[in-house]
Order: sequence, then structure tokens, then C-alpha cells
Amino acid sequence: MNTEKRVRVLVGKPGLDGHDRGAQVIAYGLRDMGFEVVYTGLRQKPEDIARAAVEEDVDVVGLSILSGSHLAMTRKVIEKLAEMKASDIMVLVGGVIPEEDIAKLKEIGVAGVFTAGTPVAEIAEFIRSHVRNQGPDSQSVA
Amino acid sequence: MEESWKKLIEEMQNGSLRAMTRLITRVENREDGWLDAMEAIYRIGGNARVIGITGPPGAGKSTLVDGLTRRLVDSGFDVGIIAVDPSSPFTGGALLGDRLRMGKATGLNGVFVRSMATRGALGGLSQAARDAVKIMDAFGKQIVLVETVGVGQDEVAVVKAADLVLVVCVPGMGDGIQAIKAGVMEIADIFVVNKADLDGADQVVRDIQAMLDLGAGPSTPDVPVVKTSAALGSGMDHLAAVMLERLESRQRDHEWLKRQVKEEIFVLLEKEIARHLRCGWERNGNLDRVVGQVMSGERDPYSFVKEVVEQFAQSCPEIRT
Repeated sequence: MNTEKRVRVLVGKPGLDGHDRGAQVIAYGLRDMGFEVVYTGLRQKPEDIARAAVEEDVDVVGLSILSGSHLAMTRKVIEKLAEMKASDIMVLVGGVIPEEDIAKLKEIGVAGVFTAGTPVAEIAEFIRSHVRNQGPDSQSVA
Repeated sequence: MEESWKKLIEEMQNGSLRAMTRLITRVENREDGWLDAMEAIYRIGGNARVIGITGPPGAGKSTLVDGLTRRLVDSGFDVGIIAVDPSSPFTGGALLGDRLRMGKATGLNGVFVRSMATRGALGGLSQAARDAVKIMDAFGKQIVLVETVGVGQDEVAVVKAADLVLVVCVPGMGDGIQAIKAGVMEIADIFVVNKADLDGADQVVRDIQAMLDLGAGPSTPDVPVVKTSAALGSGMDHLAAVMLERLESRQRDHEWLKRQVKEEIFVLLEKEIARHLRCGWERNGNLDRVVGQVMSGERDPYSFVKEVVEQFAQSCPEIRT
């Protein structure tokens, strides 16, 4: 198949956390690694992030959370994605995440957790090796 | 048509947002069968009007789109937005940040925003955006706003796909029209002087008006110049009204419609022929062979192009190779 596929990633900051330098570093870094990155900015509602993910038909949603509300926010985003029949979109979480919460995040459906200091190349590599199969079987949305 | 395409189109017709956005992705990626799919999609739609918005970076295009969208929705239109940002020519990556400044419009019921990257030459900005417009059209959007990247060659192409083109200018950029003089002035159906709360806005209006008067002839249509301050909301009602009125008269212009269709066919053909030739040559090694010959001085690019073009040459005797 001679396609011009590009992996699309949404980087979002849910909730009332006003620091987005980390999210911007990830967004620029992923861009430089060849991804199409949709950056939605600060203080987004989980439902807005989920809707943007569907509108933009991204392969990955990356949530950057420093506020401590990562469990609640991530759970809501994942719920909203499911409501929109978009559970096949991979969800990643980055930011300030205590060690003991990583397993909990994975339990609610997060594919990967990247805490502060993770090189962008590592995240890029993770996305490339885990992104959903684009074969004909994955094309229906029903 | 392949089953997976058929299913997506059906789901889209039943109102599935997800199916519509997936169609845009698959068509943009030029997945096998996309032309068949577009053929079907083209037949479903045909009602949406397209407004292109271009202008220098920082002119406030996204904020303007945000404000216009709210007014169009208030007037009862179902609106879609395509926001184009550049791809890096080196990595192919892109940062698509226009949603950031469309906070009010994206929250409105029914408004759909899709960010697209220019993706270099193959596939092309204008074609991918055009296809996305058709898909949104088939989904039931009545007006699609296409916001382009800054000013340059590409945007002239994307606006050719529009029913109406807004060129956005701002004060404080040299002599008012400095930043957009080449090529882009001619494509404006409406000039918007945004950030009109800043000093120098009236001078920009005068500069544009003077330039329009210079070029005006008996057959030249008048081009309105509208002052706005999108961030403050002033002038926006007027702009929306002017826009809708112009849009309507455009639809009665048969000569213009004819040119648009012609243009559409040629842009499509150009891209597809080049894509097929390139793909075929990369596969059979023909391109590599010629590149090697050119590099070693055995051959030049012109004779190769001549050889290729001669296959098509008989259809047009006026052009001699």
C-alpha cells in the first residue's frame, strides 16, 4: 500500500494546572521526530480533550498532568473516549506521577506512563511500536 | 468499492462523527481505494460553501475564524473548520496549534475542527484540504472555513478551492501591505484589516484601498475592506454579513464556477499523475538509473523529461518538446 500515513498525537492538559512547559517540550519533540502533533493547550475539560481527539482522528492522546489529579482526570478522559466509541485511541500520561499510581493508571487503560525526565525519543519509540494497527480490520468505527 | 470504505461512508451518513474523521485521515493518507471513496462522497455532498482565510502569521486568523464561526452558528449554519499548519520539510512532523485559539467555536454544538499539516509536496496541501472539505460537505456541513498557514505559494493554491477568500491584514507590518503583496493581493474577495484597535489600522485600509483603485477597471469587481478586532469582537457582525452576501452572489456566477471545476480537475490530475509516475519509477528503478546517469554526466534532466512528456505530447500540438 502506497500511503502517506503520519502518526497523529494529541497533547492535552486536563484540569486546572497552569504549567505547560513540559507539554510543549513533548509537543515540539514529537514534531521533530516526524509526528503530527495537535496541541490543545491549558485547562481543558476531559470531554473537550476526548472530542478533540475524535475530531482530529489522532492515534494517541498524551495527557500532561502535574496537579496531582492524574487519576481522576485520566479516568474521565478514558470514559469520554469510550462514550465516543474511540477506545482504540491510545492514552499516555506524563508529568508528576507518584510511582505507586503508575499501576493504577495502567489499570484504567493507560498504555504508558512517562514521568519527568523521560527522553522524548523514548516516548516516540513507544508510540511507534504500540500505535494501533492500520489494517483493514481496524477501519470500522462501529 | 472496498468494504471498509463503504462501511465508513455509510456510518458517516448515519451521523457518525468518528466515521467522518476517519475518512478524512484515510483519504489524506491516500490509502488504497481513496479515489473510489471520494467519488461516492462527492455525490453525497455538493451543498457546502467554502471560505478560505489567509494572511501573514500572527494576523489573528484563528481568532477571526473563532469569532466568525460563532456568528455563523448563531445564523443557523452548520459549520466545519479546517486549520492548516506547515509540516517540517525535514522530519515531516508538524505542530498543529490552531485549536488553541478557537476555544469558543470548538465548544459549540455541531462545530467540527480538523487540523491538517501541509505534508510537503506529495499529496499536497490544497488537495488534502479540498478532500476534507468534500467529506465535511457530505457529513452535512453547510459552511467550511479553511484557515491556511502564513503567506506564500501554498495558500494561493488552497484558496483556489474556496468559494470566497478573505485576506487578513494587520497594522504594524511595514507599509501596511508589505507582508502580503506578492500574489496574495489578487486572490482576495474581501480584505479584513484585523486588530483595528491598534494604531495604524486606518492607514492599512487606505493602503489597500489605494492599491485596489489602481488595479480597478470597468470589469473588476469591487472588493470590500472590512475593519475588525477579532479578539475584542468588534466589526465581526459586519464581516459575517458581508461574507454571506458575497457568498450568495458568487453562487450565481457561472463563469466563475466553471473555472473552479476546471481547476479542481487539473489539480487532482497533476498530483495523481506525479504520484503514480514517482511510485512506479521508484519501484522499477528507472528514477535511480536516471539520477545516476545525470550525476555521472551521461545525461541531463531535460532530455529525460522530454522523453517522458512525449508520451502525452500528441494531445496538444501547440506545445512542442
